[in-house]
Amino acid sequence: MIALPAGGKGRARWSFVDNERRLWPAMLAPAILYIALLVGVPFVLSLFYSVSNATVGSRSIQFVGLENFRRIVESGTFWLSLKNTVLITVVSQFLVIVCANILALALTGEFRGKWLVRFLILLPWVAPISLGSIGWLWIFDSIYSVINWTARAVGLLGPHEWPIWLGEPTLAKTSIIIVNVWRIVPLATVIILAGLSSIPQDIHDAAQVDGAGFWRHYFEITGPLIMPITLVALLFGIIFTFTDMIVVFVLTRGGPYDTTQVIASWAYFTGIQGGDLAGGAAISLFLFPVLAIVAVVFLLFAKRAEVT
Amino acid sequence: MATVEARRLVKLFDDVRAVDGIDLLARQGEFLVLLGPSGCGKTTLMRMIAGLEHPTSGDILIDGKVVTELPPRARNIAMVFQSYALYPHLTVARNIAFPLRAVGMPKPDIRKKVEWAAQMFGIERLLDRKPRQLSGGERQRVALARAVVREPVVFLLDEPLSNLDAKLRNSARDELKQFQRKLGTTTIYVTHDQAEAMGLGDRIAVLSEGRVRQIGTPHDIYLRPADTFVATFIGSPPMNLVAEGKTWLGFRPEAFLPREVEPAADGIVFPFRVTRVEYLGAERLVYGVIDGRTPETHVISKIPTNIRTEIAADGVYDFVVRRQDIERFDRDSGRRIDGGSA
Amino acid sequence: MTPATARARRLATRAGYGAIRVFFVVLLAFPFYWMLITAFKTNKDLYNTANNPYLFNAPPTLEHIIVLFRDTLFLQWLANTAFVGVLVVAITLVLAVPAGYALARMTGPWAQTLGVAIFLTYLVPPTILFIPFSRIVAQLGVQDTLWSLVLVYPSFTVPFCTWLLMGFFKTIPRDLEDAAMIDGLSRLGAFLKVVMPISLAGILTAVIFTFTLVTQEFVYGVTFITSSSSYTVSVGVPTFLVRGDVYFWGSMMAACLIASVPIALIYNLFVDRFVAGFTVGAVK
Repeated sequence: MIALPAGGKGRARWSFVDNERRLWPAMLAPAILYIALLVGVPFVLSLFYSVSNATVGSRSIQFVGLENFRRIVESGTFWLSLKNTVLITVVSQFLVIVCANILALALTGEFRGKWLVRFLILLPWVAPISLGSIGWLWIFDSIYSVINWTARAVGLLGPHEWPIWLGEPTLAKTSIIIVNVWRIVPLATVIILAGLSSIPQDIHDAAQVDGAGFWRHYFEITGPLIMPITLVALLFGIIFTFTDMIVVFVLTRGGPYDTTQVIASWAYFTGIQGGDLAGGAAISLFLFPVLAIVAVVFLLFAKRAEVT
Repeated sequence: MATVEARRLVKLFDDVRAVDGIDLLARQGEFLVLLGPSGCGKTTLMRMIAGLEHPTSGDILIDGKVVTELPPRARNIAMVFQSYALYPHLTVARNIAFPLRAVGMPKPDIRKKVEWAAQMFGIERLLDRKPRQLSGGERQRVALARAVVREPVVFLLDEPLSNLDAKLRNSARDELKQFQRKLGTTTIYVTHDQAEAMGLGDRIAVLSEGRVRQIGTPHDIYLRPADTFVATFIGSPPMNLVAEGKTWLGFRPEAFLPREVEPAADGIVFPFRVTRVEYLGAERLVYGVIDGRTPETHVISKIPTNIRTEIAADGVYDFVVRRQDIERFDRDSGRRIDGGSA
Repeated sequence: MTPATARARRLATRAGYGAIRVFFVVLLAFPFYWMLITAFKTNKDLYNTANNPYLFNAPPTLEHIIVLFRDTLFLQWLANTAFVGVLVVAITLVLAVPAGYALARMTGPWAQTLGVAIFLTYLVPPTILFIPFSRIVAQLGVQDTLWSLVLVYPSFTVPFCTWLLMGFFKTIPRDLEDAAMIDGLSRLGAFLKVVMPISLAGILTAVIFTFTLVTQEFVYGVTFITSSSSYTVSVGVPTFLVRGDVYFWGSMMAACLIASVPIALIYNLFVDRFVAGFTVGAVK
């Protein structure tokens, strides 16, 4: 005979710590609550501020409709920052995907020093963004730039040529792109590497026996099979670059004369340094569409992974 | 149709001798089976023939030409993998067409050949499907079609039936042999299933620990095994080995029968203490020990059901083996001693 | 194709891959090498445009590091970062471990979707939320203190760690808990007494990742905190080590190195697990 837990206390315990339908929500609730509060509330507030006249010092806040958005849309700097953000994101992520694919190919298989190579390659991604950017600030320095010194030493620069990497708008944008490529390539590479590892060796063997040369093998077999994972890497890169303010902040502060502002940095300068919370909030909301699109694509992925 | 030859082939993985000096010749049009337990080196050997592994030393020759340094695509071979290795993102038609596109065949010709290969295996209606929509048997046919389409001179098959369920396996085996007969292409087939090997092979090469123990027809391998490994690996249940001085006496379970059944005076009689009897429908398997021996010598007898002699557990019966059914093996080396039968 | 051509091609491919590796390693690691050299060069050597910057034209010096630790608040910033890190790790574990486990064991099709949805909140950038946060933080009275960071950082560490731990707990076979429950433990008990003790690797991964996120964070740090003594390393080095227009490059580069390399070393040990989290089910 099996002794069943009798009595009030036994029964209450059974109903909670064994009842999965109560237990799981209880274990989930704190995390979800925290996230909802600390992400949901500020987000809603951001929407609210964007249609208000809030400033850093204001005691009372009034509703002003779409006034802030009108001001933004009429401001030249805003459109410049939007253009910059798109340009920097598109160019840098294109380069990231190309480089990461090439590098990932070179990292499959065994070779000497694999651990060290991986460590060195990951450094740009793991190091705090601000600190890595400071390193580049020094590398791009107007007087002591090692790039310029090396280029001159190798003969690429004439006696009167000395690029001011962070002082001239086009060069500055290039510098920002370089730093963004530099810090995202490691992440994209390891993600794509994971994708490459998931292709069964048999498939590669079959392609070899079937006679595929290097290019056909890559573009018709490997490439299509890692397309989903490459897309994931691209989406991450887009989010991290489109919404970033740190690189611009450290390298150029948005200069020279606001020519390298991106949406996120412009929102910072407007809202925090300039005190115009409402304006800053309105500007930062323009980051949302890209975020939403990426989120939808990820969710579709998750659905598909469930179905197969 | 070509010969395939391995000469003094050695493959080392770090310190492990996966293939330890193999000489092998597959004749034109032959169905040669590489048989052995897992880890014996048969898959490594096949991969070297295919060009997917580079030998540490030794050579591979196809049709008399040395191909050791050449990549797979320069060897005019085709391979069917245990997992079939169909390209998951391509339709069946494109899977089959892939090797032809790789050599630059013009499109109309490709289409014709794909249809021809598909017809050979009855998969024409599957051409627009993707691999994940196919059953195991269908996938196997696609893999075969892809192998055939280029009309290579050698087929390499790596356990292509092991992923099919048992019922399908027998019919697939039959079809496979028939299609190889029809095409006449030299085929090398890897398996660990000795029944499959016996059923399919024109000749069987039994491998263990990176070396070939014996090559021969199923008949030779079964009745005249070259050593104790082959003797006990082939046959289910395996050959009985009884120690006698410096030799093993080896005899097959079906040659070990009750005395009443085998009255031939020219045989050895063993007192057989039975421990267990299994009734398998077509036959009975009788497990037991030779009475009065230390250490315990386990033997098995296989009695067809039409012999209805009463055998019960714990009984001791006289069982007989004819001298001509006995093979002798040296106890130290395991090799067969010739002249062992009368 | 002749054997000679085949051999040549094989060697060329191998050499090609090696060259690619070298190329990228140099490109990606060069700034850190540059930080290293700069940190140990004397100012005279550093600021002399006639010198070859790749060499030590004067013997290396420890003065920048000494200045960094003695004359700046760097040590304080390190302590601040550690303080925030430890607390945020604790909060994150308390929230994410149960949540990740629940998501891993829940039956039903939407468990996976919920997991992804939680993960996606990690992608909501600080640059959308920092403006309203600045006011919230002020109204809560934690403006310009480390507590503001302790409060806000879990908003991105918890989502990612929940997702990470969900994936991790899924790899633990249910059989273990089933056996424990047959032996008399409750579901919760099985989790606490059987699963947790063998989950060290997953928990450690979450800890390392959280700590990395904390040290990397800049936007909230620069927004909420204005007193130099309350900076974290990520914020203090770029904003404070610049006096007017004069950059103390030697000390700054030393600071960057010290704040990056140790974490990178530890991160490298767990990279495969992080990647598993990032691949979001696109790779099984």
